[in-house]
Amino acid sequence: MEIDYSKHKHVVVIYPHPDDESFGTAGTVVKFREAGVPVTYLCGTLGEMGRNMGSPFFANRETLPEIRKQELIKACKEIDMDLQMLGYRDKTMEFEDEQVVADDLRKRIEELDASLVITFYPPYAVHPDHNAMGRAAFRAIRDMDPDKRPEVWANAISNDHQEMIGSPDIVVDTKDVFQKKLNALKAHKSQIDGMLQKVRQGNEELSEFDLALRYFRYETYHTVTFD
Amino acid sequence: MKSIELNKVQDYLDQWTNKPVYVHVETTNGAYAKHFDANAYNVGAYVRNAQITYTQGKIVEQEGAYRVGLKHEIGWIYAEGLTDFEFNENNQLLMAGHDADGRLMVAMQLSETPFNY
Repeated sequence: MEIDYSKHKHVVVIYPHPDDESFGTAGTVVKFREAGVPVTYLCGTLGEMGRNMGSPFFANRETLPEIRKQELIKACKEIDMDLQMLGYRDKTMEFEDEQVVADDLRKRIEELDASLVITFYPPYAVHPDHNAMGRAAFRAIRDMDPDKRPEVWANAISNDHQEMIGSPDIVVDTKDVFQKKLNALKAHKSQIDGMLQKVRQGNEELSEFDLALRYFRYETYHTVTFD
Repeated sequence: MKSIELNKVQDYLDQWTNKPVYVHVETTNGAYAKHFDANAYNVGAYVRNAQITYTQGKIVEQEGAYRVGLKHEIGWIYAEGLTDFEFNENNQLLMAGHDADGRLMVAMQLSETPFNY
């Protein structure tokens, strides 16, 4: 399916963690930016409770939030995406009052006049924060006037998502913009180094670019509509 | 952080005996344990900024890893698998255990002032 990126006014990306955007949607973001469409990331937390501390590790529990904040800012620069940090705490999104989170998201979505929202597809997004953020985003959009609702693309990443909700209807091949996606991924140094070392095993012959491309090339979404 | 030196950590623990301190303690196997291994499941717990006054704090070594127990008036705080420590510029004692890939598995931290939100 050919995607007309230029038809959108403003794309709003809603995820809970610094790096979710680079894994899940960075290539798509680059395609929107190249089509002249503004993109804003509403990032829920600073990933304060992440267990990846760099490889070899250089962060600790108390230095990690600021390190990840700087990594997030850098990653957003790499793909030319605006950033709003929402100030929740990692691992606690699901314990917040969902309506309060949804109200805040709706306000921001309306202020930015979003024509498309990209978020996680609950409950098919594995991490509790992913699912909670997706639920709040879905609720925010449901709460909007049906005529004013943006389009919604949602990432389903659980192992069972295909049997539950079928295959994604939107598949973005990021190959032609992958260098920028890789730059964004690598901005998250505390998180990505260990992962690249893991997938390197058995793939010693590949360049870093080709290795990352093998694992992170396609970005997939389910279009979600609300009654 | 660097590898735990038992005597240094014991001195840091002793300085706060019978004084109120804030504690952060956590353990986790990550949010993706089950995602990558159907036979596994995710476990974790954390406490941030519990205030306690311990009457005895002690660190014990076994086979290169450390346990810390804090005895207080009505109970205990305990952590196992600690390997690294740091006493930072905010006078906070940070202790953690990491796996071979450098990922945090367990942490115990003490501070006279609350840890940042």
